Amino acid sequence: MTRNTLPVPLTGSGRGRSTRARTIRFGLSKLGLTMFTASLAMIFLLPLVYMFLTSFKDSSQMTTLNAPLWPASTNTYTAADGQPYTIYQVPTANGVQSLALEKPSRTSSTFLDPKTGQEVEWQGNWRSLSPVWSLDIKLDNFSTVLTLLNFPLLLRNTLVIAILGTLGAVTSAVLVAFGFARFRIPGKDGLFLVLIMTIMLPFQVLLIPQYIGFKAVGWTGTWLPLIVPHFFANAYNVFLLRQYFKTLPRELDEAAQLDGASPLRILWSVIVPQAWPAIIAVSLFHFFFTWNDFFAPLIYLSGHKELATMTVGLQDFSAVYAGSGSGFLTQAASLLAMIVPVAIFFVAQRAFLRGVIISGVEK
Amino acid sequence: MVIVEDKDSVHAPPPRRMSLARRETLLGLAFLSPWFIGLVVFTAMPIVVSLGLSFTNFNLLHPENLRFVGLDNYGRMWSELLNNGDVGKSLGVTARYALMEVPLTIGLALGLALLLNQKLLAGKPVFRTLFFMPVMIPLVASTIVWQGFLNGSTGWLAQILKAFGLPAPSWFSDPAWALPGLVLLGIWGVGNMMLIFLAGLQGVPTELYEAVKVDGGGAWARFRHVTLPMISPVLFYNVLISIIGVAQYFTQAYVIDPAGNGNPGGSTLFFNMNLYKEGWSYNNMGYASALAWLMMLVVVVAAITLFRTSARWVFYAGDTK
Repeated sequence: MTRNTLPVPLTGSGRGRSTRARTIRFGLSKLGLTMFTASLAMIFLLPLVYMFLTSFKDSSQMTTLNAPLWPASTNTYTAADGQPYTIYQVPTANGVQSLALEKPSRTSSTFLDPKTGQEVEWQGNWRSLSPVWSLDIKLDNFSTVLTLLNFPLLLRNTLVIAILGTLGAVTSAVLVAFGFARFRIPGKDGLFLVLIMTIMLPFQVLLIPQYIGFKAVGWTGTWLPLIVPHFFANAYNVFLLRQYFKTLPRELDEAAQLDGASPLRILWSVIVPQAWPAIIAVSLFHFFFTWNDFFAPLIYLSGHKELATMTVGLQDFSAVYAGSGSGFLTQAASLLAMIVPVAIFFVAQRAFLRGVIISGVEK
Repeated sequence: MVIVEDKDSVHAPPPRRMSLARRETLLGLAFLSPWFIGLVVFTAMPIVVSLGLSFTNFNLLHPENLRFVGLDNYGRMWSELLNNGDVGKSLGVTARYALMEVPLTIGLALGLALLLNQKLLAGKPVFRTLFFMPVMIPLVASTIVWQGFLNGSTGWLAQILKAFGLPAPSWFSDPAWALPGLVLLGIWGVGNMMLIFLAGLQGVPTELYEAVKVDGGGAWARFRHVTLPMISPVLFYNVLISIIGVAQYFTQAYVIDPAGNGNPGGSTLFFNMNLYKEGWSYNNMGYASALAWLMMLVVVVAAITLFRTSARWVFYAGDTK
């Protein structure tokens, strides 16, 4: 990091004379640093640009050598004989002309002038010429994917699971966090430590007994294992909310308590209205978690395609269509699968990013 | 128990026979109960059961054959570790991935956080959002995007490398390059860590930087003697969550090879892929439980080591006051 060492001299010498020079230098550094960061961001997001552009291509557009990165096709000229000929940019004595290649040959080729329809002889290797590309977007990909991926069904399934789970996760975490933040309970610190430790527990050690248990009560092949456990307060969410509740002044609670309000009433009317940022963050966390979750739906919904979530459906789809000839379809499918979470993120990013920071730093 | 007789108070609720402290405890426990029930049902019981299962031959398709097998599962694990069977291979893949991805991600996260913390940078919220965005993309989708982007013939990275006359590997179909490909995909999720570092950097008191300046220290001195010690707790947290993250690594490897063999050439056979194969493809849930406990052991040892060494390099500003 050398760019942060911009000298801004605080000493008074030559102040009047160099103020302008300094302003200019400051502006240039600012421009340079911002340009540098912007190009870094562009490189960083290049895979997304790839996905976006590829999802509008077809198989030949994807695999043709030296084709542009955007969805393009070569222009053709249909000659009098009804045959289409590819148009190339040909350097001639009258400047570069767009001519259709009729008879290719290594040393000299015959071209057709699309304007006149007349033949033109050209000396040189036609392979050194570049064709004329024009934008050619394949929107069919999306209708193909919508049907093959069964997108509406996956969307509905994922939304139902995400909304019910989020409801349970938020309600339970708010109740438990309130318990940890506001009540004097003997041994509370010990319990809180247990809660923190469960965050670090590798999920594998719980997985198999949970699976066997859900199978024993007949819940495999249903959404219940993906929803019900979230009604029992996730440790991470409790931690985040408890940290936030602790920052709220107690005076308001105490005033409400003196007025005879029950704890539930205090939670609902005093705490929750003040804690919206944290509650929204937790809701978003759970919503995105569900949207991203793969392992649980994979094992609990296996063999039930009608119940599948977006990630499981997408993976299934990619296993069939990932071959490089039809990779454009999987890119279009990925684009569809990420639209909802990315759109919600852009709308609610302030609350979300704040939540990440609360949970990561304010320990 | 103290019984408070409050005859004078008109407002006092009738069943006021418990002490206030006890009433508060019971109410508090009532609020904790959802978590506590969940802890028992979904965490404590499964831990005990999975430890128990790891000493059995439990097979999901033939539960009637359940038999106590002592340390057989652990013995099999041990021999697969020694002769580089699936356990040895999968631990190796997971460790190699961790050794590449964790330092690279932490370094990049810190670098980006320092960059986005510059006073001179315009449009900080936009950049923060852009660098964070890949985190929001479902892992299955981002893996597919990178599968295409890294494709050896049609992928853009190959085309860029070829344009510079460099050899272009076919990443996910080449055993030597599949794991580095997954590392690139992992680094793409740098946003979370970047954000946490950024918050840490904003908490560093500016007086400290001025003190270094007065002492004639440059940018490096400021970073080395102020920034790094002040954000070391955040660094510690990020290392810890990285280790936990690697221990849970599954989805990306599964998308690369849904058959569960960690292809190409077993180069992406992560620990959890092997566990999934044993538990769900072969229904060997007793053995899979033993595998889960091996991972638990590895994580606990790594976490304890990290906490032990933290006294030497993590600086808590509160401790010295």
